[in-house]
Amino acid sequence: MSEIRSKSAQTVDSPERRRFVGAATATAAGLAIAPGVMLYQVAHGKADEQGVTSAVRWGMLVDATKCATGCNDCVSACSTENGWTPVAESKHPKQAPQWIRKLELQDPLTQMETNLPMMCQHCAEPPCVDVCPTGASFKRADGIVLVNRHTCIGCRYCMMACPYKARSLVHEPLNDTQKPDVPRGIGCVEACTFCVQKVDRGDGTTACVEACTAAGHNALVFGDMNDPESEISKRLRELPTKQVRADLNLNLGVRYHGI
Amino acid sequence: MSKMQGRWGRMMGLLVSAVLAWGGLSSAHAAAPKPIIEKAAKGEQCVEATDYMRRNHMKVLNHHRDKTVIEGIRTKQHSLKECINCHASEKTGSVAAAKENFCVSCHTYAAVKIDCFDCHSTKPQTSPAMRPLTVDGAHYTHKVAAQTGIGIAVEEMAGAAK
Repeated sequence: MSEIRSKSAQTVDSPERRRFVGAATATAAGLAIAPGVMLYQVAHGKADEQGVTSAVRWGMLVDATKCATGCNDCVSACSTENGWTPVAESKHPKQAPQWIRKLELQDPLTQMETNLPMMCQHCAEPPCVDVCPTGASFKRADGIVLVNRHTCIGCRYCMMACPYKARSLVHEPLNDTQKPDVPRGIGCVEACTFCVQKVDRGDGTTACVEACTAAGHNALVFGDMNDPESEISKRLRELPTKQVRADLNLNLGVRYHGI
Repeated sequence: MSKMQGRWGRMMGLLVSAVLAWGGLSSAHAAAPKPIIEKAAKGEQCVEATDYMRRNHMKVLNHHRDKTVIEGIRTKQHSLKECINCHASEKTGSVAAAKENFCVSCHTYAAVKIDCFDCHSTKPQTSPAMRPLTVDGAHYTHKVAAQTGIGIAVEEMAGAAK
């Protein structure tokens, strides 16, 4: 904003502009009390009237070595938080919306079993956004991939395009069973939102992560991958992690350890 | 010429009687009754002037919805959630569950279909312990309730277990 104003109003080296730049620098310096101590933090203390920025990129680390067999806590926490009916309770389980699901994999040669939750991977280059004919499928500045239900026409191209089968279509009317924080409805595609309502509230975590931590497994870590001091960044530096279908070069927001 | 006059006369007569009939009808059946608008349970004054809101609430809401969905700006002033928090009926706890509820009363009168509530909840937010218990969610809901210090009744847990 300030840059645009200075460019349009004055020439590059006008005294007006110099005064403006000087003032701007002084303001910026004023925000830092001492080196390293800032009055506000760009990453997490987002003011209500401030939009999200690409200074943050939300991501998740899944430690499959800690993910317990038979535990479904992340899935039920997601369904409780976001108001989708658990697939087991649904009348039509084959077409029931599912934002997160537990996978149990077995290596056919060694019989080794791996547990992991699978959900929207919040790609930096999301194929679902590429194919959406109305622009309803979009990536927010902070890396969260969402569906704008106001523009979604329910064509399901994105469900076809997603390599992770992460999206579902709501086939049935929901009859006012939605959570006030999580609007969702018939004829729209939906998927994991990284609990965007919680993130915007400043919780800095998601329902599945809370549930996993509460159950004592600590297999999930959520945080800002752009902040080198965040727990997720530290863990990603230490642990060898993989992206599922890394060959697609989508730069995923969800990273797996132990798969 | 007299034939023409006769035709004109007949047409005029028809017109006059039609006008009279219409006038009679409309005086017999008055315009549709004005909607009774429920007063907001909480709060004294809307975020904007009432006249402005009656005409422009959708402009305001549509603008805010784009800001919220795309940019993540969740200010309270023009948010639909806050409208619902304030205007939910004390009887039904909703803005659109019954005919006399806030949104529905006017929209029925104006014959304008609302599709907001195909996706949005018509009820205000309740505390985590108030969420309906399901078998799958019970475990987690209990944990959350324990953390917030709000208990869940034993009967409620028993109901969920069934």
